[in-house]
Amino acid sequence: MNRNIKDSVIEGITLVSVLVIILVIVSILAVTVVGGWKSLNWSFLSEFPKDGMTKGGIFPAIVGTAVMTIIMAVAAVPFGVITAIYLAEYANEKSIMAKTIRFAVKTLAVVPSIIFGLFGLGFFIGFIGKNMDGLLNGGELRWGQPNILWASLTMALLTLPVVIVAVEEAIRTIPREMREASLALGATKWQTIKKVVLPGSVSGILTGTILAVSRGAGEVAPILFTGAAYFLSDIPHSLSDQFMSLGYHIYIMSTQSSNVDATLPIQFATTLVLLLLTFSLNAIAVVIRYRIRKNAK
Amino acid sequence: MLNNYLFMDEIKVKVKDLSLYYGASQALKKISMEIPEKKVTAFIGPSGCGKSTFLRTLNRMNDLIDNVTIEGEVIIDNTNIYDKNIDVVNLRKKVGMIFQKSNPFAKSVYDNIAFGPRINGIKQKSVLDEIVERSLRQAAIWDEIKDRLFNSALGLSGGQQQRLCIARTLAVNPEIILMDEPASALDPISTSKIEELIQELKKEYTIIIVTHNMQQAARTSDLTAFFYMGDLVEMNKTEIIFSNPAKKQTEDYISGRFG
Repeated sequence: MNRNIKDSVIEGITLVSVLVIILVIVSILAVTVVGGWKSLNWSFLSEFPKDGMTKGGIFPAIVGTAVMTIIMAVAAVPFGVITAIYLAEYANEKSIMAKTIRFAVKTLAVVPSIIFGLFGLGFFIGFIGKNMDGLLNGGELRWGQPNILWASLTMALLTLPVVIVAVEEAIRTIPREMREASLALGATKWQTIKKVVLPGSVSGILTGTILAVSRGAGEVAPILFTGAAYFLSDIPHSLSDQFMSLGYHIYIMSTQSSNVDATLPIQFATTLVLLLLTFSLNAIAVVIRYRIRKNAK
Repeated sequence: MLNNYLFMDEIKVKVKDLSLYYGASQALKKISMEIPEKKVTAFIGPSGCGKSTFLRTLNRMNDLIDNVTIEGEVIIDNTNIYDKNIDVVNLRKKVGMIFQKSNPFAKSVYDNIAFGPRINGIKQKSVLDEIVERSLRQAAIWDEIKDRLFNSALGLSGGQQQRLCIARTLAVNPEIILMDEPASALDPISTSKIEELIQELKKEYTIIIVTHNMQQAARTSDLTAFFYMGDLVEMNKTEIIFSNPAKKQTEDYISGRFG
């Protein structure tokens, strides 16, 4: 084949691939917006579901998702950052310890999310929760059943490898010369990490963790057995309460509802809210990165 | 070869049979030398001869690299810095280092200079102000940047950045300053400013400089040590090394026959 023709063909193929991606994004957005736009209003956001979830709003699902996301972040981010600091700064690359942690992180990242759900059920509810009841409540059932704490911690385990990888990458962007400069001035290793490495990689750490957390916010499988409820007449007031979640709510309404077709607009609107939530987390990440880069110059 | 040229000077650093290995390969072979106080000592030699590696053994910067083993002694002020109970952090305060590539932090000029004093627990603003001004004056850069103390250090020119790094090192009151090819990335004017600065600094500090540039060694140093393939071939007064070296290898290198 003529070389020039071959070149254009290759360019054409890359262009088509890009167009497919754009098409997917645009159609997801278009279908969701067109289908859900009309039902999206203040009462939809602020009211409880009504009439067997065929009418009313999604307020408890929004609150549940938000609270779960916050607890998940509080658990996963510090743990992930500390692990990443160990891997990037303290671990000897060739040590068995570092290799084991890396293998564990990689394996954790490819475990299907439903397995995390089963693990949460067995470990948090069946083991930790049951034992807490035995010790604290004299055997009365409180923690040994699904609730928002166990669901959030299960979700935290799911996002942990993503946080670790993102933070470690951010930390590794700090050049060795910066660490040497600090150490040569008589700084200890921890002073170097605290004063040079972490401030220099804060934008990467923030964006990486926000992206990881926003990924978790929409997951359903890990919370199926660990805390998400079909329908609740109240929002969670304690860590031992169950909660409603946007993702699970969409699944319920589209498969278990008494009248799936009639609730289609509500389903689209719920999907739209979930998308807006994750997109806005992403947007926050982009803004943080932009701001910090600008300040650094 | 120890060391009739030193008889008048106080010895600051005494190295005895220092060997360094990266894994199994030996990078420094039983180096012994004495470095006088408040003089400029230059290390020269072709790339890979071990001069930078040797320099970094003097403030234990090689500790940061995995898989390095070191034998022998480096005695600074009567203390072997490779003794088990040596605090490396205190050693590095005493033995400062300037790197080949200037490496200011992505902070303001002021915060760069105040970094060392702050990690040593100095918080009082008036004390820090005084240290910042004194260090910048000592590094001959105060007049150029006194109006830009709170701008990012990354906005300075390459030569200014390197003098800032020197000021940053001076701010922790070292006694010895190691310089690893401090001017190799700089233009001739910036280079001559650094060289003038070295002449000023040697009045108060012991300076050890690694350089590729033999004119620089000849211009700035009192003593010169020639390294080749991990060996210290020869060390003597700079004018003797450059006019009448004892070893043929030294003469060949200095006259440009290899390296």
